[in-house]
Amino acid sequence: MKQLLSKKNLFLLAVIAVIYAVLFALDAQGFFSRQAKALLVPIGINIILAVSLSLIVGFLGELSLGHAGFMSVGAYTGCMLTVNLDLPMYIELPLAMLMGGIVAAIFGVIIGIPALRLRGDYLAIVTLAFGEIIRSIFNNLSVVGGSGGLNGIPKYSNYTIVYIMLVITIIVITNLVNSRHGRAICSIRDNKIAAESMGIPVVYYKLLAFVVAAFFAGIAGVLYGHNLGILKPSTFDFNKSIEILVMVVMGGMGSIPGSVIAALLITVLPEILRGLQDYRMLIYAVVLIVMMLLNNNAKFNSFKQRVFSKKAKKQGADLAKEGE
Amino acid sequence: MSLLEVKNLGIHFGGLRAVDGFNVSIEQGSLYGLIGPNGAGKTTVFNLLTGVYQPTAGTFFLDGENLTGHSTMEISHRGIARTFQNIRLFTKMSVLDNVKVGLHRHVKYSLASGIFRLPSYFRDEQELNERARKLLEVFDLYGEKDFLASNLPYGKQRKLEIARALATSPKLLLLDEPAAGMNPNETAELMETIRFVRDEFNMTILLIEHDMKLVSGICEEITVLNFGQMLAQGKPSDVLNDPKVVVAYLGE
Ligand SMILES: Nc1ncnc2c1ncn2[C@@H]1O[C@H](COP(=O)(O)OP(=O)(O)OP(=O)(O)O)[C@@H](O)[C@H]1O
Ligand SMILES: [Mg+2]
Repeated sequence: MKQLLSKKNLFLLAVIAVIYAVLFALDAQGFFSRQAKALLVPIGINIILAVSLSLIVGFLGELSLGHAGFMSVGAYTGCMLTVNLDLPMYIELPLAMLMGGIVAAIFGVIIGIPALRLRGDYLAIVTLAFGEIIRSIFNNLSVVGGSGGLNGIPKYSNYTIVYIMLVITIIVITNLVNSRHGRAICSIRDNKIAAESMGIPVVYYKLLAFVVAAFFAGIAGVLYGHNLGILKPSTFDFNKSIEILVMVVMGGMGSIPGSVIAALLITVLPEILRGLQDYRMLIYAVVLIVMMLLNNNAKFNSFKQRVFSKKAKKQGADLAKEGE
Repeated sequence: MSLLEVKNLGIHFGGLRAVDGFNVSIEQGSLYGLIGPNGAGKTTVFNLLTGVYQPTAGTFFLDGENLTGHSTMEISHRGIARTFQNIRLFTKMSVLDNVKVGLHRHVKYSLASGIFRLPSYFRDEQELNERARKLLEVFDLYGEKDFLASNLPYGKQRKLEIARALATSPKLLLLDEPAAGMNPNETAELMETIRFVRDEFNMTILLIEHDMKLVSGICEEITVLNFGQMLAQGKPSDVLNDPKVVVAYLGE
């Protein structure tokens, strides 16, 4: 308890509360235009998607191109539930999110299993295929409306619920990453053979990363369905997966705050720069290439460290001293 | 019964017999050297003993338990730890976290504890930090605990690998050319540290080295490999004067 109420945690709690209070106050004052307000929920959903994908891409170090697939599985599960149940919202929606998350997590295991054997490009292809297969299944499944979409979903999502879920997502994934389990996941990314030699159960931790990431993607999907009131298989296409990936890569891969900011920018910018809509995928491609080149550039990395980390500053100074 | 008992171990890659008929028995608490020219099969022996490669012949026992055919992870759990000739640190993690990965199995709070920050998380992380500190201090690395492993100078990276291997609390420690790339001063200091580790942790160490002088300085017994075959085995003074060994090292 004492540690939980540390200064740092109290500060974080204050930040979380203040952000919400500001949102709420602005909204109450009628500050947001209708378009702006309509963006709040998608921003939150994209943050959940980006932060969860960063667990696979940034921390486990595997390339997954099927995050929209996990999202859609969760979305359809959760929305089918609320469409068919007749319960009050405060029971239905949490139940839908839980079930959506769990079913998506089960798919996380199914996709995680090839991840145990495949690496890099091959795994990327498997996840890509998974996303496309899921989409074409929903396209042809008449129970969920087929390509016409699933209609009549109650519009339960609002920015308060989404905000709560995104805070939970960030806390869970941050805490996971900063625990012995997260260190095990990162050690696999950095050197699989060394991780095995240290006795890390690589199989378990790879699956864990996929399961947790899929769980939150599923929840994001449920929130998405209850925001629009309709689900169409075509929204969960390859482009959506790429969009989420771009957020993670732009956020610096393995940086949770980075993913949050990138998700925010990538959701908001296209709306502001309406004229650029047509070039969206082109811009994503350019961002991906530039970020990949920069991330592999030693000079840029040391620049980034100098700018962002006090520790690194000290380190640089110490190294310089040693060099003398 | 010796701690490590290797019987007739061998592996071939296609037609190449990288290691053939390898036998050794290493007593608890001893410092044992494995030497031989380039490509003799020394690293391959380590890869066999740690399950990175599966042997095509032979068996090996640790503390009487047959570990042949076990996976790398299982062998680590049974008590063999190693370092790598081409350093394999967790480069994007801090020096401290590298050692804490080594401690993974020895301080184990649950997944729920980690995610929800239950009391056991704080208690165990404190213990982890404490144990990691002790290990890093042995190698004079504690001052750099927050550095990224990749930002350490080369010699310190080698030391960090040893600290990380020790963190798994092994019965047997395998060191693959721990002094490679170090200058004579650093090498001498490292050899002192290795001796210290053996005495302090009552560790059994099998060490690969290129430099014969260095090995004879600290090892009680050595085996010489050449083209995958055992050339000689015994006390350093005897082995290094063996004409076969002299020829293998100096050429005809
Ligand atoms: N995975 C592999 N596939 C094919 N050949 C291999 C493999 N691993 C090792 N070898 C071969 O086995 C032989 C022994 O290699 P090894 O790395 O064990 O030598 P070494 O004694 O450690 O040499 P060095 O002193 O250069 O480190 C070499 O000829 C090497 O090319
Ligand atoms: Mg070698």
